[in-house]
Amino acid sequence: MTVTHSAPAAPPADGGAVILQASGVIMRFGGLTAVNSVDLTVREGEIVGLIGPNGAGKTTFFNCLTGLYKPTEGQVIFNGAVLPPKPRAVVLAGMARTFQNIRLFNNMTALENVMVGRYCRTSSMALTSIFRGPKFRREEAATRARAQELLDYVGLGRSSELLARNLPYGDQRRLEIARALATDPKVLLLDEPTAGMNPQETRQASDLIFKIRDSGIAVVVIEHDMRFIFNLCDRVLCLVRGETLVEGSPTQVQSDPRVIEAYIGTGDDDEDEGAST
Amino acid sequence: MSTVSTPTQIAPTPGYHPSRIDGLREQHGRLAWLLVLTGLVVLAAGCFLSWSYDPEILGNLSISFNPGSLQLFMLTAAVLALVYALAYRGPLRGLGVWIDSAKALMVLGIGALGFMAITLAVVAVTSSGLINIDPGGWVSLVGSLVLAVGGSLLERRPTKDTLHAQLPAWVEIGTIVVLMAMLLFGAAYALGQTDGNIFGLFLVFVVAVAWSLFAAGFFTWLGIVAQRHRRVLMLGAFAVAFLFPFTQNGSDANMSIATQVLIFAATALGLNIVVGLAGLLDLGYIAFLGAGAYTAATLSTSAFATIGWKPPFLVVVLLGAIVAATLGLIIGTPTLRVSGDYLAIVTLAFGEIFRLSMSNLDGNNGPDLTHGPNGIPAIPDLQIGSFNFGDEHTILGFSLGRFANYYFVLLVLALVIITVFSRLNNSRIGRGWVAIREDEKAAEAMGVNVFGLKLFAFASGAFLAGMAGTVKAHQDVSVTPDQYVFLESAFLLAAVVLGGMGTVAGVFIGATILKLLPEKLRFISDYRLLIFGVLLVLMMRVRPEGIIASQRRQLEFHEEDEALAERIEEVHLEEEAQT
Repeated sequence: MTVTHSAPAAPPADGGAVILQASGVIMRFGGLTAVNSVDLTVREGEIVGLIGPNGAGKTTFFNCLTGLYKPTEGQVIFNGAVLPPKPRAVVLAGMARTFQNIRLFNNMTALENVMVGRYCRTSSMALTSIFRGPKFRREEAATRARAQELLDYVGLGRSSELLARNLPYGDQRRLEIARALATDPKVLLLDEPTAGMNPQETRQASDLIFKIRDSGIAVVVIEHDMRFIFNLCDRVLCLVRGETLVEGSPTQVQSDPRVIEAYIGTGDDDEDEGAST
Repeated sequence: MSTVSTPTQIAPTPGYHPSRIDGLREQHGRLAWLLVLTGLVVLAAGCFLSWSYDPEILGNLSISFNPGSLQLFMLTAAVLALVYALAYRGPLRGLGVWIDSAKALMVLGIGALGFMAITLAVVAVTSSGLINIDPGGWVSLVGSLVLAVGGSLLERRPTKDTLHAQLPAWVEIGTIVVLMAMLLFGAAYALGQTDGNIFGLFLVFVVAVAWSLFAAGFFTWLGIVAQRHRRVLMLGAFAVAFLFPFTQNGSDANMSIATQVLIFAATALGLNIVVGLAGLLDLGYIAFLGAGAYTAATLSTSAFATIGWKPPFLVVVLLGAIVAATLGLIIGTPTLRVSGDYLAIVTLAFGEIFRLSMSNLDGNNGPDLTHGPNGIPAIPDLQIGSFNFGDEHTILGFSLGRFANYYFVLLVLALVIITVFSRLNNSRIGRGWVAIREDEKAAEAMGVNVFGLKLFAFASGAFLAGMAGTVKAHQDVSVTPDQYVFLESAFLLAAVVLGGMGTVAGVFIGATILKLLPEKLRFISDYRLLIFGVLLVLMMRVRPEGIIASQRRQLEFHEEDEALAERIEEVHLEEEAQT
């Protein structure tokens, strides 16, 4: 890797304030315990990695954090308040996500996709929209400007009028990030942001994530690309079979024999990832 | 039909193997053009001769050198064919670069052939015997046949994309104006026909011409022009609708149909918010219209009205809308959390519950609010100030009857609904609806208030239907439960689906087709369910996005069609470049 200008800063030992704290999250589907009392603490300005073999419950854990699933037990505290398990409340509180299998609004343009992300931060209701008052015009113009700004930010400024489904794969991933950023999050959850990308696109993605972190947004990343994750993260959490195996700095996790064993040691990790969205 | 569908396969795709018709086209290219010319001349010549021995049939087609209306249709077709032919080879080559004149000629030829065949069949059947067909009819039939054959044998040429056609703005606006004028006179003419056969043949003619223009690529261009001059188009359409009553000389027969069409269209447009924009399937929408109508009836000055309070009409309109919207909220709150299929069933049941409640609130079971199956009759005409809607008024020498008065009110109502529809569509709320349709989970995860937006669509649709219902009560004079059966909901939905979900113009066209045809073609009204069923099945097969498609819907129905997506994108960029 030659990303010299954006090498990870030394992990702030207890530097930033805790913004997201999930404690004892348990998610059971019938008899299957997909996530078994996982704790996660994210501090401001931190990049946390979430790794683990397929079916370890990473995405399920994400779904619990963002309210798509109601955790069986445990709670998520965001910015000092307990988050209700409702997607809308989670987004309003300031936590946005992307999806493992890209879920853009395919028949909308890139710009419109990001404008949908602004939905929860705008408030024009029916009557304002019908009568087109000054508030509506102002807000609509602001939404458009902010969306364009975000597209420029992730490097899609020139594709704003293209349909999402016509964008190249890597651009679709970046558009999803722009859409999530449009909700003004304090924590951004990325589910495999580099899956299916070539090395160059992966490098661009990590540059983008550093840029997002530097703008003051904490990032949690699920990823299988170890080089990507160890280069990127301040702290890494390894999940195996729904439980936390190791948590620590990239070097600690990287050298832990149990992690290596979890990935290549045993052969029975082939159960489905019950949480695929 | 099989010959019609071949041209779509003649795209220059790699690995395409020329079929037999291509071989024929190569061999007889020059001959084909001459055939076309011969055909159209023969067709036109036949129109100047007598078609029928009996002067009483289909207008008067029996006088040579004095063409009747049907013969004038075919003359028009011949002139159009001449334009295509000269665009293919001749002085109009410049036009020929843009339009697929070969395909258009083939379609027009087949259309003319069909027209002639039906006409002659009608003549033969009505006056019992082929002998009653005069030579002119045969001449035109042969002419149209030659035209169709010639058109199918013409070699297809690639055309330039009309998106890049640069015409002066006045030409584009002029085209819209001319089309609008034709629409007005066409509508007035069609409604003026008392003879179902002539009306039917006029439709055949219109469909043939429209289809040939479609094949030529004219409508693609028109779509682009319409986007460029949206205001002009809106204004033109409104002007046509506004001027229509003035063409009727105070006759109530056609205005009654026109008001019914307008009520139906306005209601369908409200349904289009629910179905087309929010993507919710509502099978009981007619109940909301009924709620508005019953509110207006019970609050009217009718001797049978059950509520003593007689507020002014504007208050009644508002109340009717609020009652309908409240019903919408009551039915929507528990059901909108579940997925589409359940909603469809629940709304279907709700529609029936509404109808049954109305026919049971007769004093025997519960309060006497609606007089049960008898309904509330003798609802007086609206009276606003000194203007009574039942009276005939004369404006600028044009007399406007009772239905014309209601027509104008409904026109205003339709305008309100169109405004609400299109403004909601182009707003934060509209974006939310699209996002929900595209991917509900993702929309939710992006903070879109999914349940709230669905409920809002449901309630606002009900609100608008309630408004329409209050006018309908006065226009219909009486309100009875059997006006609000499930079939009406199904027809409303059919109008939306047929015309094009999510578009204004499409729904108006769909509503007009579904309401006007049974009125004018009596033989259809017996089989209308069958015919509309077949029509809908065909539509789903051929063009699932409806007659006039909203771009987004078109994309949704053709997920695999890359070319379409790129094309729409290109139009987008073009527009962007112009603003």
